[in-house]
Order: sequence, then structure tokens, then C-alpha cells
Amino acid sequence: MKRLIFVVIITGLFIQASGQKYITKNGYIGFFSHTPVEDIKGDNNQVASVLDISSGEIVFQVLIKSFRFEKALMEEHFNENYLESEKFPKATFTGKIVNPSAVSFSTPGVYEVEVEGDLNIHGVAKKVKEKGTIEVAKGNISGNSKFSIIPEDYNIKIPNVVRNNIAKTIEVTVNIKYPTSGNQ
Amino acid sequence: MSMMKKYMFLFFILMIPVLSPAQENLLDMLDQDSKSNIDYATATFKSTRVMNGHSVERMPGGQLDFRISHRFGRLNSGAYELFGLDQSNIRFGLEYGINDWLMIGAGRGSYEKTFDGFAKFSLLRQSSGARTMPFSVSFLSAVTLNSLKWADPSRTNYFSSRLSYVAQILVARKFNQSFSLQLMPAYVHRNLVATELDPNDLYSIGAGGRIKLTRRVSFNAEYYYLANTKKYLSQEIYDPLSVGFDIETGGHVFQLIFTNSVAMIEKGFIGETTGSWGKGDIHFGFNISRVFSLKKNK
Repeated sequence: MKRLIFVVIITGLFIQASGQKYITKNGYIGFFSHTPVEDIKGDNNQVASVLDISSGEIVFQVLIKSFRFEKALMEEHFNENYLESEKFPKATFTGKIVNPSAVSFSTPGVYEVEVEGDLNIHGVAKKVKEKGTIEVAKGNISGNSKFSIIPEDYNIKIPNVVRNNIAKTIEVTVNIKYPTSGNQ
Repeated sequence: MSMMKKYMFLFFILMIPVLSPAQENLLDMLDQDSKSNIDYATATFKSTRVMNGHSVERMPGGQLDFRISHRFGRLNSGAYELFGLDQSNIRFGLEYGINDWLMIGAGRGSYEKTFDGFAKFSLLRQSSGARTMPFSVSFLSAVTLNSLKWADPSRTNYFSSRLSYVAQILVARKFNQSFSLQLMPAYVHRNLVATELDPNDLYSIGAGGRIKLTRRVSFNAEYYYLANTKKYLSQEIYDPLSVGFDIETGGHVFQLIFTNSVAMIEKGFIGETTGSWGKGDIHFGFNISRVFSLKKNK
């Protein structure tokens, strides 16, 4: 009987250690386009993401329609003309932390990481490798990153009439906080 | 030994969730969650008008739409009138979204020197996902004031005689990204009509739609059927038919339009369209919509 309990406990520990996944549904991803003519900023506070700290695997899922803009018309154009959210309702990223050993998920602190994987926007998947930080704190782990993307890479066409209003490269900010206490 | 086997079995059973492919699971985990969102159909039409008449679309809260609309003279008026371009009817309008379900607007048109005011309520919004709603429904209520000088100032003229009222239900469905269809029954009440032959109450049903040709250009058409018996009216009235294009450029929407009606408000085009497509009484015209954001989104 003791042996049985022992095996069950060991097995349980093993599952705990290898299946440590943290999930959030209200992470933040925003983008910013700056030109002398106008600044365009889109904010999405409903980003879903899962981080598996044992394998370093990380996925994001972003509903295009959940981006909010300063002007309602920008939001309509973003969805209708550029991202075509009816055809491509979400953007996803699946990848992993290249250097998971650099992060100690049990010790509070800020760790430099590099994340590599497939970024899928507007139906076009591209391999990306970007730098970011993982911050381990009491009760949560956050992932932060800032990088640039080029709309043309994702087959997002910008017509000549508005070429001066939309920047060639768009700055993307990722700010995801995974609660670690409470239910997974 | 058989005990040991049992433990091994138990161990493997417990291991199964760990061994399944992790990354697939991660996205699946999120997929299940995202189904709880309500996905509203947006941009059923590019503008608050299909062509002459209203669409289900409303200005979002805090957005001001400045509209300039023109209808030129008849194409069949010939080269002397430059195919109608020498004449022009115009309407200016300022239209504002109070919140996300109510917009109001006011305008002044040169046709019968008419002032008009309206309120449009967004009652239902087409959605999928957590809540499925096959249609968007809006209700339009409008009042118009004809400010022409009295035809006969010697008789007693009442202010109320200048007024007409419009009530209209707009039901639309965006079938897919490029095709939207709208049905819109309308009721028009005119306090004063030209002769005893003309009814004060007009009943009409309209249909309109759009087909997107490119991301920024769509082909639109709109037709209103006037249900009143037309042959007894004091003048020959036709059903208004309008076809044209929506062209979107940044903050503007241009609507180019060919129509047999010269008026740009319901009271005018539903009951007072005297042009006939068959005879070539076609007016070229355009609507320009420029949207200003008065209130910033949080």
C-alpha cells in the first residue's frame, strides 16, 4: 500500500513538473504607426496566450476585431481594408523560448530571452526571432517584447493615397501577464 | 509482481496527458476559450446611406459625419445643358452618433428648400459566435420641413402644412465580406398634398444591396416600390431606382450615383420621383461623406 501511494505521488509530481502551463485571456498586444501625417495606434487587451514553462513553448492568439483605435473609422478600415478580419479573423504565434535555461521560473527577477517561431498574420506565416524579457514575480509571470513588422511581408497592401499616413514598419508591443497563483 | 504491473499501468495512464503533443494542445486550449466571444458584423455598408436612402449603418458614438450631396439635371437634357451638369440640387447634412445605438442628423436640401431632421436607432446587430443574430435592424424616424414661399399667401396657411414625416424599418444582412442585402419598408405621411387625388399616406417597400468589387470600391443598387395606386395621382410618379459606386479613400466615402430621383430625402424620393429610367430621365450625382472624430475612444 505504501508503495502504491509512493508511485502515485511520484507520478503526480512528474505531471506537475512537465505540464506547468500558464494561461491568460487578457494579455496586451498593441501596434503603433508613426508618420508625419498621423499616428495610428491599435490596442488589444484580449490577447489569449499560453506559456509552458517546462518546455519554453509559447503561443498567442489575437482576435483582429478586438483591436481598439482612437477613431472608429480607423478600426473599420483596419478590419475591412487591411487585415480583412472576416477572412482572417485571428493572428497567431506558435513558438518557443530559444534559451529557456536562462530563466528561473521559481526565482523572481527579469530575464532576457529570445523567442522563435511562426507568426501568422493576414493568412501569411513567417518565421520570426525576437528579443524580449520574462519577468517572474510573486503571483505572476509576464512576458514583454517590442519588435517591428513590415505590413508588406504579410501581404497587407497599402494603397498610394494613404501611403503617407501609414508607416513602412509598424512597431508591435507585447505585454502578457500570466497569473501563476490560483487555477491554471 | 502483478502488483508492480498494476503500478506501471497506473503510471502510464497518468502519463498520457503529458505525452500528447504539447503545442497543438496550447492553441486548442485557446480556441475553446475564444468561442465565447460575440462576433458582430461590421461595415454591412460603407456609409449610412445605400444610395439615396438610409442603410442600417449608424455613426458610432462621438463621430460626426459631414455630408455633401449633389444631384445634377437629367442626362437626356442634351449637350446644351451639358447632360444635366448645368443644374444642381444639393443637400448639406451634419450627422452625429450620440452613442453606439443612436444617431441624429439634420440637413438642408435645395429641393423644395427642405430642412430635415432624423433619428436612427440601431435595434439589433447581426452577430455570430456566442450570440447568433442573422440580421441587423435599425429604425429611422424623420421629419421634413418644406420652406418654400406659400403658393397662395392670400389664403390661411398653417405651419403644419409644411411638415412631412417618415418612419422606416431597415433590415439588413451581411452575407459575406462582399455581399450585403437590405429590405426597408417605409411609411411617409404628408400633412399637405398638392391635390385631392394625392394621398397623404404613402406606403413603400425598398430593397438595396452592395457587392464589393475591390477592398475599397463597391457596387450599390437601391429600389423603392411605391404601393399606392399611381395612376390616380395628380402627376406621373415613378419608383426610384438608383445604382452607383461607393469609393472609399481614407476618411472619405464617395458615392457616385445614377438615379431617376432628384430629392435626397425619403419624403422626396419615395413619393415625388417624376423621372423615368425608360425615358432617360436619369440624374448623375454624388454623396461625399467626411467623418470627424469628436470623441476619442478610450
